[in-house]
Parts: sequence; structure tokens; C-alpha cells
Amino acid sequence: MNFTIVKLIAGRILAGLVSLLAVSAVVFAITAVLPGDAAEERLGQDATPDAVKALRHEMGLDRSPVLRYFDWLRGIAGGNLGKSVVTGMPVGEAIASRLPNSLLLAAVTTAFAVPLALGLGILCALWRGSAFDRFTSMTAVAVVSVPEFLVATLAVLVFAVQLKWLPALSYEVELSSPGAMLRSFALPVLSLGSVIIAQMMRMTRAAVIDQLAAAYIEMVRLKGASAARAVLFHALPNAIGPIANAVALSLSYLLGGVIIIEVIFNYPGIAKLMVDGVVQRDMPLVQACAMIFCAGYLILVMLADVCGIVANPRLRHQ
Amino acid sequence: MNVATLVPSAAVTRKRGWLAGWSRAGKLGLAVLAFWIAVAMFAPFLSDQALGEMSEGGVFQAMSAQHWLGTDYLGRDMLIRIVAGTPYTIGVAFIATLLACGAGALLGLLAAVTGGWVDSTLSRVLDTLVSIPSKMFALVVIAGFGSSVTLLIAVAAIVYTPGCFRIIRSLAVNINAMDYVLVARARGERRGYIMRREVLPNILGPLLADMGLRFVYALRLLASLSFLGLGVQPPMADWGSLVRENLGALPTGGVSVLAPALAIAALTIAVNLVIDNLPGHTDADRETR
Repeated sequence: MNFTIVKLIAGRILAGLVSLLAVSAVVFAITAVLPGDAAEERLGQDATPDAVKALRHEMGLDRSPVLRYFDWLRGIAGGNLGKSVVTGMPVGEAIASRLPNSLLLAAVTTAFAVPLALGLGILCALWRGSAFDRFTSMTAVAVVSVPEFLVATLAVLVFAVQLKWLPALSYEVELSSPGAMLRSFALPVLSLGSVIIAQMMRMTRAAVIDQLAAAYIEMVRLKGASAARAVLFHALPNAIGPIANAVALSLSYLLGGVIIIEVIFNYPGIAKLMVDGVVQRDMPLVQACAMIFCAGYLILVMLADVCGIVANPRLRHQ
Repeated sequence: MNVATLVPSAAVTRKRGWLAGWSRAGKLGLAVLAFWIAVAMFAPFLSDQALGEMSEGGVFQAMSAQHWLGTDYLGRDMLIRIVAGTPYTIGVAFIATLLACGAGALLGLLAAVTGGWVDSTLSRVLDTLVSIPSKMFALVVIAGFGSSVTLLIAVAAIVYTPGCFRIIRSLAVNINAMDYVLVARARGERRGYIMRREVLPNILGPLLADMGLRFVYALRLLASLSFLGLGVQPPMADWGSLVRENLGALPTGGVSVLAPALAIAALTIAVNLVIDNLPGHTDADRETR
């Protein structure tokens, strides 16, 4: 690891932090500044001007938006996320009770999706143009081009309704025994995973095939090595960088997919919490959840870039 | 030598017919797409009576001669509901795509042709927008303003502008380095002229393919929002809301939840087939490039 790489990575992390700051400004502007006066909205149309003024003062709305933004930012940085407008509960508590569930779902999906996607992608590259490759690639295109809820709906229809293997829409997540855990996780993980697998598989296949076009592969083949050997021992090590990049990028799709999956399966995670917050227009809750999601997304994208930097010798000498 | 022999290409390709360059998969995609566009055109002529009519046979009926696609959770005919939802599904996504690609292309061309601080400022600002996941952005905006068709169009347009901007900018930067652009500059042409007449015609193909891709994205985003109950609001319904409304039919394997879901799948896959098989891209493994 040389100095240039460290500098590149440090620069990338700094850029990520700046993006996060910019994102927080956008989120705050959309939820707290642009929609108009929250105090007026809460009191309804026939509130007296004095009441509105008092509430506005209490909520701190009579100060400038810039000041409010910095207060809000300081609150988030210090872990004080404010109180839910609807339930009056601290937002931090609500999130703390839900976040582990979402992380668990994401972890199980990742553990299931990454090996499968890499395997499929490498096999497709190995047997490029075969019936297997064409079928897998076509399925992948179909899966990525339809919305996530469709995959989930079809999965419920096939596995829960037709085959009766699994409970249709699990209303409670049972984590007591491995069997119960498997049953309540199977469908959410399957639906969430399929989209990510499709994405990751396509990128892996492309990365390996890209390497197969290189001159050194021709050399390997010329000296008599088998196609499998050329792919596994020569192309794959060189494709690790792009593949790591693809994995991190695909995992960032988890963040979008999880919103749909948690709602359709009634999974008690943070995305469900946020959608409920949006429906009830519970701004502190929406702001906090949005920042968590955006931070997660930026971290994954940053990770993808860092993988690219570490693995690409051309970038090292720029 | 007469003029006709000097300029044969355009005339010859015209005569070969516009379908000639399309592969079989591409033609299939075009046919499905044309079908849905025709349905969307027809939908506004449905009478209000047909729309609200409840069947006597009850809710969540299976397919029958009377109700080809069964009935929904209120006993309304599913086929009519789907047809009526087509303009909201296709129209909203299409307008959003037009706006996104229009703005993205304009800004991209401006950035590439002008260069300097205009380029770097535009790139920075639009990159910030990219760092918010599209669904998250939509949720935050809907939380702030409440949902309406205009807002949905605006959200999808804003979400997909940066992507189009990036692609158009990178293509236009290459064209901008061409000698004929240099000549046009030396001639003293204005910036608008160079963007419109020198650069744009050369990136029109990729721009159209990109529009197709953004259309699929927009359709997915809007259908997902409707599925969450945050998109098109009742009494209007797009296909995403139809799936949501009829989720109750799932345990009985009802056609009323399957039909709108398959309609979405058919449309998005058709658009994908069209852009993947655009004539001129004959390389079967284009994914690798």
C-alpha cells in the first residue's frame, strides 16, 4: 500500500463526508423549510394568530432556516433525533428498536446473495453463449427490469399459496428457533435477494468477460490451459477489483429494495418505520430515517470506489 | 456522375423499411410497446359508467367470459381497471422521462460545450442529487408535500436528470473535441448553434436509448410508490396501486393481483427488449463493452 493510494482513499472518504453534508441540507430543506409553516398546519385553519405565534416560538420556527438547520445537524451528530410528532416518543428509541431487525435482514440477504451471484456470474462467463448463459442472463434482465414488489408478490404466490411451503405474509418475525427463523426469513430474503443477485451476476459476468478479452488470456489458452483454468486462475484474480466494486454497488440496491420488501411482508424494520412516518407526515422520524439510509448508501458507494482504487493499478499511478 | 449515386445510404435504408434493422426480440418488444400505447390512447374513451360498475358476482372473481380478468376488491371489472390505469402508468412515467432527459441533455450539452466553471459546477450539483437513493428522495419529498400526479412527475424528473446529464455530458465531451466543432467555433458560431447543430445530432442515438432506460426506471419507481400507497391517489389508479388494492386476493391465488403485476412486467421487459435490440448495435455481447 503506497502513499498515493492512501491519499486517493482519504480524498474519497472526505468527498463522501461532504456529500453526506450536502444530502443532509437537501433533506432538511425538503422536509422542514420548503413545505411551509408546520405550526400553522398542526393547529389547522381556525387557529388564532396568537396561538400560531406561540407554537411557532415553541417549535423554534421563528428563527432563520439556516440556524434551524445547524441545530438539527448538531442534534443528529449528538444522537438527539428529536421527538416523533405523532407518538411523542423519542425518534432515537423507535429507530433503535427497529434498526437491528433491518440490519439482520440485510446481513442474511447478503450472505445468501453474494456467493450465489458470484457463482452464477462466473459460470455464465465460463460458458458464454451457452443455453445456461442465455437463460440466466435473460432471467436476470427480466428480474432487474420489473419492480421489487412484483418479484415479492410472485414469490408469495408460488411458495406460500401454491406450494404452501411458507406462511404467506409473516406478521411476526420469529427468531426463537432456527426453523422458525428460516420460515419467516425465507420469502423476504428470496425476494430481496433476487434483485441483488441479478444485478451482481450481470456485473460479475461482464467483469470476467472483459478480462477474457485481454491478450494474456489468449496466451494462457495458446499454451494449452483449459477454459476453466483460464477463467478461474487467470481472469478471475484480475477481475476481483471490478467484482468487489459490483458487490458494493449492488448492495446499495438493498436500501431501495428493503423499503418495498419490509412493507409487503410487514417486517418490523426501519424502512417500514419510515414509510409509516411518510404516511403520517411525521417529519423528525422521516428526517432521521432518511439520513440513516443516505449514510448507508454513501458508505456502500464509497466502499465500491475504494475497492476500485485498491484493485486498479492504473489508478495508483495517476 | 449524378447526385443519386453520391448519396445512396439514406435513400436505400428508407426503402428497406424501418423494421428491417430489428432483430426478432426487438420486434417483439416493439409490438408489445405499441399495444400498450394503443391501450393508453383508448383508455380516456372509457365511459364513467363502465369504470364504476360493480359486478353482481362479488369480489375477487376468477377469469370468466363476462370478466376476462376477474374482478377487483370492490367487484369492479379488472380488465377495465387495467385499461383505465394505463395512461397513469405510461403517461406519468413518459412525461417524467421526457422532462428528465430534456433537462439532462440540455445541461449535459451546455456543460460539455461551455466547459470551465459551468461544467464543474453543474457536475458537482447534480452529483449531490445522485447521492440520495431515488426511492428515498421520493419518500422525503412526498413526506414534505403530500402526493399528487404533478409532484410525482416532478420527483421522477428530478431523480433521473443527473443520470442522463452524466451520459450526455461524457458523449458530448468527445464530440466537442472533433475538428468540425472546432471549425464551427472558428466560424464564430454561437454556443446554442454548436450544441444544437454540431453536437446533438451525433449523440441522438445514445440519447434515445438512454431515454428508454430512464423510462423503465421511472416506471419502476412510480409503480413502487403507488404500491406503497404514496403514488397516484384514488380514485385514480395506476398498475402499482392495482396490485396494492388487490393484495387480498393473493391467498386465493387471484388473477386480480396477478394481472396488473404481469402488465407491468410485460411493459418494462418490452422496453428493455427494444433498447437492447436497437438497430446498429449488432454485437451480441454489448454488456461487456
